[in-house]
Amino acid sequence: MMKKLIKILSRTSLHIVIVAIAVIWMVPTLGLLVTSFRLPQDVARTGWWTVFQTPFSFTQFALENYENVITKQGLGKTFLNSLFIAVPATIFPVLIASFAAYAFAWMGFPGRDYILMAVVALLVVPLQMTFIPILRIFNLLHLSGTFLGIWLAHTGYGMPLAIYLLHNFIAGLPADLLDAATIDGASPLQSFFRIVVPLSLPAIASLIIFQFLWVWNDLLVALIYLGGAPNVAPVTLKVANLVGSRGQDWELLTAAAFVSMVLPLIVFFSMQRYFVRGILAGSVKG
Amino acid sequence: MAPALLILLFFLIYPSIHTFYLSFLGRRSHEFVGLENYIYAFTSDSMVIAFRNNALWVVFFTALTVSMGLILAVLLDRVRYERIAKSLIFLPMAISMVGASVIWKFIYAYRPPGVPQIGLLNAIVDFFCGQPVGWLIEKPWNNFFIIIVGVWIWTGFCMVVFSASYKNISKELMESARIDGASEWQVFWRIVLPLMRPTIAMVATTMIVFVLKIFDLVYVMTNGNLDTEVIANRMYKMFQYPDFGKASTLAVILVILVIPMMLVNWRGVRTQRETR
Repeated sequence: MMKKLIKILSRTSLHIVIVAIAVIWMVPTLGLLVTSFRLPQDVARTGWWTVFQTPFSFTQFALENYENVITKQGLGKTFLNSLFIAVPATIFPVLIASFAAYAFAWMGFPGRDYILMAVVALLVVPLQMTFIPILRIFNLLHLSGTFLGIWLAHTGYGMPLAIYLLHNFIAGLPADLLDAATIDGASPLQSFFRIVVPLSLPAIASLIIFQFLWVWNDLLVALIYLGGAPNVAPVTLKVANLVGSRGQDWELLTAAAFVSMVLPLIVFFSMQRYFVRGILAGSVKG
Repeated sequence: MAPALLILLFFLIYPSIHTFYLSFLGRRSHEFVGLENYIYAFTSDSMVIAFRNNALWVVFFTALTVSMGLILAVLLDRVRYERIAKSLIFLPMAISMVGASVIWKFIYAYRPPGVPQIGLLNAIVDFFCGQPVGWLIEKPWNNFFIIIVGVWIWTGFCMVVFSASYKNISKELMESARIDGASEWQVFWRIVLPLMRPTIAMVATTMIVFVLKIFDLVYVMTNGNLDTEVIANRMYKMFQYPDFGKASTLAVILVILVIPMMLVNWRGVRTQRETR
């Protein structure tokens, strides 16, 4: 009897602790979301939690803040810039790295293992080590402040991790399959597209999601290479600037932050499995 | 493959060597200044604070993310709504650090006493009749309040890695220990913890590598003002100022700090793979 009571008590406290932690984790984001839909005069006057006193009076909510940040503050344009930066900056490195990973895994050439080790060792290089020389070259070539420049930079920075991850996966594919293809007369390029890519899709998908979100959420690389060019700025840069210039206008900041978060959140909820895998694999990047 | 190697050469190898060279030159890279930049890096007041803060980040951020991740992994294994709770805690990993900074700056918002507080934390303080606190203003505590934001983001990462490793531990082993009279506490300390040590080391080093380079959170939340400076933000300021000699020196210092941690991390990854 006593034992059973202790068991029930400890189960209850376990649930309480877990639910409490989950709630604490959610509340900050919830506050952001609620505030972004409130009227500016309310945001400045009362806390966002007061909306729950009258949850069904819908007049306290409006899309005004979103309209304001997307059009007047120009966040819509920067959102498109972010897309225009992140899509090529994901495709280029993944494509190039998958060729390289295939070559490292299945083609014999002298010094292969040492070159691969050197590539992986480049993961230790903090991006800060590269900014000044590359920016100087970019300035000479008129690439700073351009989309092409930041695509190239992200391609370079994404390369070691992408090669490392894809090599691990591709090297694990069954050798018989590739041998059979070669015997049947498939060229290396054919076996790459017909066998290696389809079989590696789970790894490639995780990598694509990781790289896309990394570029989308990046601030530092954008500051360095696009910092002086507002017309090509991504959404993170714009939000960071708004924090500096409109630091007390919470209705604007919360709406702007949510606009910058909406795409990653969709990716998170729709492709959670690949998302988690990608994040776990990419945690040591840059 | 040739394009991949050329890109690496151009974007990582050449610039790293060049930056190392630049760290011995002056502001505009015109003249050789010897170790002057390094002396600045280790003695100037702002840099001493940056080093102190990076140390605070390494100790507290790592301790909190790793311990909370571990506890959550073990606790969540015992409930049926494990998956949904895990997603909620992992969710901040999807958000940019700029977004997270806005979220938390709002939680920490400060208004003078007498005016209704709109920041959640000060509203709670207000509710208990306390004086509102400038969470991001009071030195040196403001550092801890930025670290909490980092913990909020990265605990989910640690939890997911630990959870996978925890589920690999044989349930029979734990069960037989319990039958032999071991308490839950003993099972955790004597069985779970020793078996998970390699994973813990790997996660901890990953956290340290990440946090040595911490930039976005500090840049957006305080820009390093009020004694919250960190090395990477200082490097960015020097880059903007511009003093390319000092900026390069700080980058070199970051590499030197990161390399040993990465080596430990890789050794951990390799032994883990072998034992699997």
